[in-house]
Amino acid sequence: MSKIEVNGLTKVFGSHPKQGLKMLDEDYSKDEILEKTGNTVGVNKASFKVENGEFFVIMGLSGSGKSTLIRLINRLIEPTAGEVLIDGEDITKMNKDQLIETRRQKLGMVFQNFGLFPHRTVMGNVYYGLEIQGVEKGEREKRAQKAIEDVGLKGYENSYPHELSGGMQQRVGLARALANDTDILLMDEAFSALDPLIRKEMQDELLKLQTKLGKTVLFITHDLDEALKLGDRIAIMKDGQIVQIGTSEDILENPANQYVSNFVKDVDRSKVLDAATVMRKPEVLITYKDGPRMAVRKMEEVGASSIFVVDRDDQFKGLLTIDDAIRAYKEKISMEEVLITGVHQTAPDTPLNDLIGVAADAKYPIAVVDEGRLVGIVSRVSILSGLVLGKEKVEVAN
Amino acid sequence: MDYFYFPLERWTNTFVDEWFLPTFGNAFDTVSNGLNAFIGGVTDLLLFIPAELFTLIIAAIAWRLSGRNLAIFTVIGFLFIGSVDLWTEAMQTLSIVIVATLVSLIVGIPIGIFSAMNDRILNIVKPILDFMQTLPSFVYLIPAVLLFGLGGVPAVIATFIFAAPPAVRMTNLGIRSVSKEVVEASRAFGSTKRQLLFKVQLPLAVPSIMAGVNQTIMLSLSMAVIASMIGAPGLGASVLTAISRVNIGLGLSAGLGIVVLAIVLDRITQGIGQGRV
Repeated sequence: MSKIEVNGLTKVFGSHPKQGLKMLDEDYSKDEILEKTGNTVGVNKASFKVENGEFFVIMGLSGSGKSTLIRLINRLIEPTAGEVLIDGEDITKMNKDQLIETRRQKLGMVFQNFGLFPHRTVMGNVYYGLEIQGVEKGEREKRAQKAIEDVGLKGYENSYPHELSGGMQQRVGLARALANDTDILLMDEAFSALDPLIRKEMQDELLKLQTKLGKTVLFITHDLDEALKLGDRIAIMKDGQIVQIGTSEDILENPANQYVSNFVKDVDRSKVLDAATVMRKPEVLITYKDGPRMAVRKMEEVGASSIFVVDRDDQFKGLLTIDDAIRAYKEKISMEEVLITGVHQTAPDTPLNDLIGVAADAKYPIAVVDEGRLVGIVSRVSILSGLVLGKEKVEVAN
Repeated sequence: MDYFYFPLERWTNTFVDEWFLPTFGNAFDTVSNGLNAFIGGVTDLLLFIPAELFTLIIAAIAWRLSGRNLAIFTVIGFLFIGSVDLWTEAMQTLSIVIVATLVSLIVGIPIGIFSAMNDRILNIVKPILDFMQTLPSFVYLIPAVLLFGLGGVPAVIATFIFAAPPAVRMTNLGIRSVSKEVVEASRAFGSTKRQLLFKVQLPLAVPSIMAGVNQTIMLSLSMAVIASMIGAPGLGASVLTAISRVNIGLGLSAGLGIVVLAIVLDRITQGIGQGRV
């Protein structure tokens, strides 16, 4: 069962939403409906699923309906049609008490402009959710204290929000959502109001926290780089509709339509693509038992001047150049002694961004090693073509 | 333009004399007696406290909520009131102001809260408030006297009509201007309507509500002279006497007395609104 399942969720703002809904069914566009009925379509039949522990990002420009969508999920805005299943229960059909209970137990929320209570201290803000549930003072302070420490605000418990910087205020917002210990975090443009450096820091910490606490995160943003960085999967919204759902790579490499491809045109691919996307299988590999003579022959066969060496279990050992192989053969010394072991190694999920500097200095290709096993190699050429062309074209070029 | 005659005058009088008074007379008497006792109690209390002690108490409050300057002004101002022999009148005026303000707030703040929660209520309340504020006060002095007799009670009622609207308006405004995101945050964490109101909206509306309280007090004071025309005792009555006897000196003394009360009450309530409690 998905943590969150949204089916045909629709919001029409205005005096006659049912009429707007009918016109949507008849495939009228958002603009036509506005012109004919004066109703504004906020969200148009959105459907998606978010799995437990997933980081799901909804990306769209302003006016795309993304902030409306996230408010439909916890019913801060009443949906016009469709269903929202939280752990299999439809929130749109709940009565007032069930809704309040679900918000308390399952849905935490973080806001763009923080939404902190200016008349309460950091501590008072963070335990607000527990206070309204009637958790007694000692217990709620204990749990709030843990959340405050989780977001790195220890020592600021008695400060008021206006005494804190933007980044720290949003940490309070995050701690407030964490203190309730809900499985789901709804984050509405949570970092958009922060300056770029602080934003990056908060993104990194959020990723760490999510890994540590295993929350299911539904994150709204208008910043594609942020979406690509944070999201396990990304939904792209336009005019109230979801136009594509996929992983960062899906979105970058197979844009569903012109709108999405225009969007991703200027993305810094070096941050999104990783070593595994651009690496290729080394053509030849030899093991120790092959000996230097075999190595020389294999290199001559493919016209290479060096070859990677693994042991019987595919564990990476090093690189052998043709000159060293010949020398080892002539002087009857073991291959191990002439092996270059100082070759750069990297993990498959290293972003290209981090490899560019290494590749510029390296004499030999970079070995991509996963748990000791050699899974591929990355050369300068493959990094460059990866950045320019994208994944599939790399495979062709190789 | 006299195409036809609209007998509003006769109808109103008939309605009041034949039906309204016989039906509700007792109810109004009860309200009247209650308010009368309340005003009398407050006046007695204010006059029971020695003037010197009362001055010191108010000066201390003024110091705490506003500052040293107001404290000094309070001492000098009250000394002036005592020295022109208007202390009793000042306390009578003050007690009517206190009772009228309390009644205005007890009625006005809840109405303001309901108006803020519900647009339909606001749409009903707004024109009533406009009506209360623009209707010339002499018009409702007549029924006030008719229903409550002469003295402090009709004065309180008339003052309430004139002074309650700011309390309603400012409460409504204060709650409505709480940031939308803060309200959303409170709801998103599962607040009930009551929790939202008492833990978030009202605390954040306090400065605005206090500005309304301040306005209510000021308007109550400004009714002092008019209310004296229907027999309310106090500084207003002295002003009225001064007018009828063309006694400029008495008029100035009583008038300055009202100004002293006004300034002290204004600055003190402003201090509360700015969170200096």
